[in-house]
Amino acid sequence: MLTVNELFHSQLKVVNVGLESFYEAMLDQNTPACHIDWKPPAGGDPRLLEILAKLSR
Amino acid sequence: MSGMNHIDRANQEAFERMNAAEPELVDVVYAGDVLPGMDRRTIGHAGPPLDWEDMCGPLRGAILGAAVYEGMAETLEEAERLVLAGGIRFVSNHSMGCVGPMTGMITYSMPLWKVVNARYGNAAYSTFNEGLGKVMRFGANGPEVLERLKWMEAVLAPAMKAALRETGPISLKVMITKALAMGDEMHQRNIAASALFVREVAPALARVTENRADLERIMSFISGNDQFFLNLAMAAGKATMDPVKNIEHCSVVTAMSRNGTNFGIKVSALGEQWFEAPVLTPKGLYFPGYSEKDANPDIGDSAICETFGIGGFAMGSAPAVVRFVGAGSVQDAMNYSRDMQEITVGLNRTYIMPTMDFIGTATGIDIRKVVETGILPVINTGMAHREPGVGQVGAGIVNAPMDCFVKALYAFADYEGV
Repeated sequence: MLTVNELFHSQLKVVNVGLESFYEAMLDQNTPACHIDWKPPAGGDPRLLEILAKLSR
Repeated sequence: MSGMNHIDRANQEAFERMNAAEPELVDVVYAGDVLPGMDRRTIGHAGPPLDWEDMCGPLRGAILGAAVYEGMAETLEEAERLVLAGGIRFVSNHSMGCVGPMTGMITYSMPLWKVVNARYGNAAYSTFNEGLGKVMRFGANGPEVLERLKWMEAVLAPAMKAALRETGPISLKVMITKALAMGDEMHQRNIAASALFVREVAPALARVTENRADLERIMSFISGNDQFFLNLAMAAGKATMDPVKNIEHCSVVTAMSRNGTNFGIKVSALGEQWFEAPVLTPKGLYFPGYSEKDANPDIGDSAICETFGIGGFAMGSAPAVVRFVGAGSVQDAMNYSRDMQEITVGLNRTYIMPTMDFIGTATGIDIRKVVETGILPVINTGMAHREPGVGQVGAGIVNAPMDCFVKALYAFADYEGV
């Protein structure tokens, strides 16, 4: 198994989830990357998440 | 239906009713004859109800023009004094069973399209489209605006009423379906639908209009207005969505509309209550000489188009509208249509998009999915100048604000007792 240090000395292939600025930073450093447009459900609001869970039962 | 809970099943019923709708254009009528509570001191407007103090510039401009048009006042200044003295009653169009684009002005003498949903028997009404540029729906109120409206009332409407008597009911469902296949999304692009409509009514108009000069102006007016069909699509939407109201446990949106200050939605199980939040300003392209600083925030009943699955939801079917509303690329337009699948009950069985391998448009907005995904309904729209009396300054894309859906979800949770 690769150690973390070995990983960063190999050619990285990055899947970025969420904040697009991290994906853009990879491209700026010529690192192949793809971006997944993801947001936490209900913006991460615990009250809304609780309601949505109850409404899906 | 396995794996569905009671809300899913109610939403499926809403979806089935939307698919089963058969909106047909049957008549031209006058507002004072058919709308509940309409009198010569009442003005219907787009969006949820609001007071004069809270109205935006174009809505105020249109109201003053409408008051002069209806004979409530001789001048715009006199009309404003009448408003400030409480002499005019303002009513939300939706509460009268009708819709109007942008400011959505409806007064006693105005002609309306009557659209009946033949499947459920309910009627919905909309105003006639006045054309582009300096028109009342965009807040303009000059003499040429009022003259055009008077001509529509006195000449165009009676001719169209007589023509419809000749044609019989016209299926708007069929016409919308055809126009989707011809590159319209029916909110900011109605070129094909308007042409199809002219093709349907022109022979009858020629038969019933004795005065040749009248006939020429009528034909020039209709065929010179690429958005003529918009109001018919809106009435079809209203006629489609009204039977979806009041389904127990149903979390599907039955109306979306804006008054230029607030955006409002209605939810099936929650009846006629509006859930409101401040409107957003569209992003798009401006006519020469105008820019973002001139634009009024979002306004109009026309978001009924997206409510029943066309307009922004069908953008992938209308590549030519992409540049007009500043969507970017054709792929962006298709992405908008795909994104809407994430927040809806299903794909329409009739309104299909040939450019997207004949999939149906996303149909039946579920407030639970909007809040969960954070994906907001996308609306193609015209933009009015923020000052009264100017008119249209461009077209663009706007979202419904999230707060409407969050407020509606809290109310729906109360209704469900969770």
